[in-house]
Amino acid sequence: MNWTEFIFGKLSWSVFPQSPIAMGGGIFMVLVGFAIIFLITYYKKWGYLWKHWFTSLDPKKIGVMYIAVSVVMLVRGSADAFLMRAQQATSVGASQGILSASHFQQIFSAHGSIMIFFVAMGLMFGLINLVVPLQIGSRDVAFPFLNSVSFWLFVAGAALINLSLIVGDFSTAGWLSYPPLSELAFSPTSGVDYWIWSLQIGGLGSLLSGINFLVTIVKNRASGMTFMRMPMFSWTVLGAMSLVVFAFPILTATLALLALDRTLGMHFFTAGGGGNMMMYVNLIWAWGHPEVYILILPAFGIFSEVVPVFSGKKLAGYTSMVLSVIAIVFLSFTVWLHHFFTMGAGGDVNAFFGIMTAVIAIPTGVKIFNWLFTMYRGRIRFTSPMLWFMGFVVLFTLGGVAGVLLAEPAADFQLHNSLFLVAHFHTMIVSGVLFGYFAGFTFWFPKIFGFTLDERWGKRAFWAWLVGFILAFGPLYILGFMGATRRLDHYAANLGWQPLFIVAGIGAAIIGLGLICQVIQMYVSIKNRHKNRDTTGDPWGGRSLEWSTSSPPPAYNFAVLPVVHGRDAFWTAKQSGTVAAHRYEDIVMPRNSAIGIFIAGFVFLIGFGIVWHIWWLAILGLIGEFVSMLLRMFDDDTEEIISAEHIRVHEAAHHSRHATI
Amino acid sequence: MMNRSFIVAVVLALVAAVWATVAYLHGANIPVLEPQGPVASGELSVMYITLLLCAIIVVPVFVLLFWFAWKYRASNPETAKHHRPEWDHSSAWLEFSWWLAPTAIIAVLAVVAWQSAHALDPYVPLKGSNAPMTIQVVALDWKWLFIYPEEGIATVNYLEIPVNSPVHFELTADAPMNSFWIPALGGQIMVMPGMTTQLNLLASNAGVFNGVSGNISGAGFAGMTFAVHAVSESDFESWINGVKASSTPLTNAVYASLVAPSTYNAVAIYAPIDASLYTAITMKYMSAADMAATLAPTSASSNDMNGMNMPMGDAPMQ
Amino acid sequence: MKSSIAHESLTIGNEKLPIESRAADNTTVFGFWMFLMTDFVLFASLFAVYAVLRGNTFGGPAGKDIFNAPYILTETILLLSSSFTCGLALLSAHKNSKRFVVFWLGVTALLGASFVAMELSEFGRLVAGGVGWQTSGFLSSYFTLVGTHGLHVALGVVWMIVLTTSIVMRGLTRGNLRKLMLMSLFWHFLDIVWIFIFTIVYMMGIN
Repeated sequence: MNWTEFIFGKLSWSVFPQSPIAMGGGIFMVLVGFAIIFLITYYKKWGYLWKHWFTSLDPKKIGVMYIAVSVVMLVRGSADAFLMRAQQATSVGASQGILSASHFQQIFSAHGSIMIFFVAMGLMFGLINLVVPLQIGSRDVAFPFLNSVSFWLFVAGAALINLSLIVGDFSTAGWLSYPPLSELAFSPTSGVDYWIWSLQIGGLGSLLSGINFLVTIVKNRASGMTFMRMPMFSWTVLGAMSLVVFAFPILTATLALLALDRTLGMHFFTAGGGGNMMMYVNLIWAWGHPEVYILILPAFGIFSEVVPVFSGKKLAGYTSMVLSVIAIVFLSFTVWLHHFFTMGAGGDVNAFFGIMTAVIAIPTGVKIFNWLFTMYRGRIRFTSPMLWFMGFVVLFTLGGVAGVLLAEPAADFQLHNSLFLVAHFHTMIVSGVLFGYFAGFTFWFPKIFGFTLDERWGKRAFWAWLVGFILAFGPLYILGFMGATRRLDHYAANLGWQPLFIVAGIGAAIIGLGLICQVIQMYVSIKNRHKNRDTTGDPWGGRSLEWSTSSPPPAYNFAVLPVVHGRDAFWTAKQSGTVAAHRYEDIVMPRNSAIGIFIAGFVFLIGFGIVWHIWWLAILGLIGEFVSMLLRMFDDDTEEIISAEHIRVHEAAHHSRHATI
Repeated sequence: MMNRSFIVAVVLALVAAVWATVAYLHGANIPVLEPQGPVASGELSVMYITLLLCAIIVVPVFVLLFWFAWKYRASNPETAKHHRPEWDHSSAWLEFSWWLAPTAIIAVLAVVAWQSAHALDPYVPLKGSNAPMTIQVVALDWKWLFIYPEEGIATVNYLEIPVNSPVHFELTADAPMNSFWIPALGGQIMVMPGMTTQLNLLASNAGVFNGVSGNISGAGFAGMTFAVHAVSESDFESWINGVKASSTPLTNAVYASLVAPSTYNAVAIYAPIDASLYTAITMKYMSAADMAATLAPTSASSNDMNGMNMPMGDAPMQ
Repeated sequence: MKSSIAHESLTIGNEKLPIESRAADNTTVFGFWMFLMTDFVLFASLFAVYAVLRGNTFGGPAGKDIFNAPYILTETILLLSSSFTCGLALLSAHKNSKRFVVFWLGVTALLGASFVAMELSEFGRLVAGGVGWQTSGFLSSYFTLVGTHGLHVALGVVWMIVLTTSIVMRGLTRGNLRKLMLMSLFWHFLDIVWIFIFTIVYMMGIN
């Protein structure tokens, strides 16, 4: 028995980054980490953070933490994007650019994985945590402790993927790691294992959250809130969470099988040995396509809240909206093959999946009409959420046309794997998902923090994002027609692609300016928070229940659980002047728990142990896991009571502020 | 903020951007939009038809978006007069029309999709004024090996084909998955180890076109480019004869050196070749029993490798 | 437990429960059904993979060469009877008999553990005979599908032991009853998955 190998597995000194740029990335992340730790220690905030945030089971706090982690990961993913743009703008002809091929490939693999799993999913679950319980008139999610476990699993996955910057390398096989390239024969380092386990851990968190919010929406709605009275955001989240429940187990299985191939020498997807690599491609997209709709549906929901509020009108065609959500949920499972028309499955199969894909454009188109007719005869206030909406409609519609092009198998043969495809899905994800989440963040920010975000910097951020996006991705559409494939670390000078790549780089820089504007916006807003305080709880003239409570809401959300008599519950109540009765009773809320952190911490150890074949560590993690769960199971003291008197005092304060407006 | 000079600056910037784009694209080589064969041009017409059909929805959406945004803006004094806060749809008919309009467009698109997906399926053989030919393609780390079984030659990263001759490609990989794409001639097909896929292309015009791999296959992936020379039949003949005369045989040892990973490979030519090489490459990923099972049915079926004693089946995919 | 809703109550086990607690129990059971649904999708994926790779024996043995019908049948009988005894445990809980609950849970755990032991020895026999998961795509998918089910059963046994301990220590509390309910759902679910494995992997493999 070799003891070094037993203790350290595959770890050795050579796993630390060797090239200057790779080292720069690692050092940067370490410095950022130390800076954060230093600041928290300096201001003596560890106790506060631990007691009031890390161990909290309050979905509003978990939501804020989700968004904070996602923003950090957004910076990381954007840094990757800027490096990619820099490489492709410079690596032409005789010049090899700033990155080696392998480093470039690690960067685009990390960019995709991070942006989807740890930015888009994180922002989505953040917003869902913040808004859904409030919007359906509930005090909490169905399983508050599970919610904390989900969040910390998300953090553990994000930590593991960032660790690959410093210890070892990352996958070079793209964000979906198609085999056989991702198999041990062609990717012998630990990079793909990092990819597998960070996604597996983050994905497990998403799966648990999916169950949690599905149950929350089905079971915890306020009395009188039938499904057809539910606000649209909650509807779209219900749709997205159903997709999570049905799609994420496929991802779990697929990642596990790839891990078994790599770790135990199995033959699921190997070239030879009786493996079938196309089975992987089918499985990963059977998850992957619903995943796209998991991300976009809540964004649709956000716009369905933003547009009516800022148009001062009811949402047009509520029933159509609900029907289109349901249609999208079902259809999204019938289109996965359009990601590989070029497999050569034949005309019948390709045509079927192409047509199903085009059919999804119908409910999506209906939604756009609904929003447009919500604006019709409204009084439209062009706040920054409304600007994000306008930008979304323009870009998303164009990106959708590109999508319909790609859904035609015959056209897809010419566009697949090209930069046209890259431009298309960035249009959908940036202008659809990200713009939507930005709108939602601006919209609900005052509800959570009690003051509105600075509009001037918000609008500047919007214009920078819009112009930057057009400049960054417009050229990629053209490059696709010029025959440029995705993921090229280098190309020949005579192709004439460089000017377009340079424009795309400038566009990325302008998007970077947009990000900076958002940072400044946050700074300015916090500085001016007293001026922009929302004392009413209802800064925009809101329509749904989350606006009926104070900003920020108390831990228990509602002193008296609301009773709903129709759609736009709060709007109707305001119109009729109904005020809830003020007979307060004690409220039972879940007590904080640190066990979620321990569970995720041990999962992290298991993941790290398997990535580096440090088996004792993985086993230790398993034991820790078991002990943590036992502790939770035998813990009887999981609830605390907020007294009626405490509630009365808080509510009286809120109502007196209300009255002075 | 919205003063006149600002608006003028924005308009000027837009005009400059449009002018620069048009000027740039005028001189640029855009193979997908300048098809050199029936497949690429068929695929391009599908794109045009689709774009036109989509425009029927997209143009009204844009008009309505900006019209409503302008007309019902809160700062417009007229708006208060029009404001109907309870309006959600004037009739079921209007709401129904939101469904009907996109459905109608998609129905037409579905017909286009069905017909074009069959007509332009990569497995469908083409007709041309010149004799059809077969080329076997092997994706390696990180280069393309082209085998001309009928001519008995092979090349690396270089493809020469006669104009107006339907070319039937059989493709496999002795490396991770790749995607074979010649944008000027037509769309892609995946290339996988242990399997054979097919692609049919035809060059209508003489010229030199670029070929690439579309699917990431490892460190040297960006260098998997090749030139496609479409030439007259007589030029093709004399090229073949020239290759044969050069006589660098593609032995097992040479093939083994090709399989070893290498990047940005220069063009190479080989003749003669081992006629069973392609089959041997696809068989590499099968067990002995599977090979026997695969070979048995194909040897009975007809194939277009005249004069070959080894069957070059495309059976593994079927 | 305090609640803003009227204190209606109902009886489960030996406790009078306010209506809000009943709602919480409902939510938990519904949530657990959702979890079982995700587990079902996971197994469905593994079944699909097995169906694709079934013929890919790569020169190694096929199902009919390695499956032993009487052995599998014994495993099946063990697991099916454990489902029955698990049901008896639940019945005893409704009759509020702690002793019988503990007894039947013990029997169920024992049957489950025997099933896992039989499966492990079967796997051991195959691997010792040179028929491992590295041999072919077929065997990879066989070991993974059947092994994943076995792992679930093993976890179920551990859960059962923990739950029995808790019942011995604290009696048939509302929390323990709820967990017993969930556990039995899980156990029956594993039974159903096994019936699919028995049919699709073993019966169709032997014939």
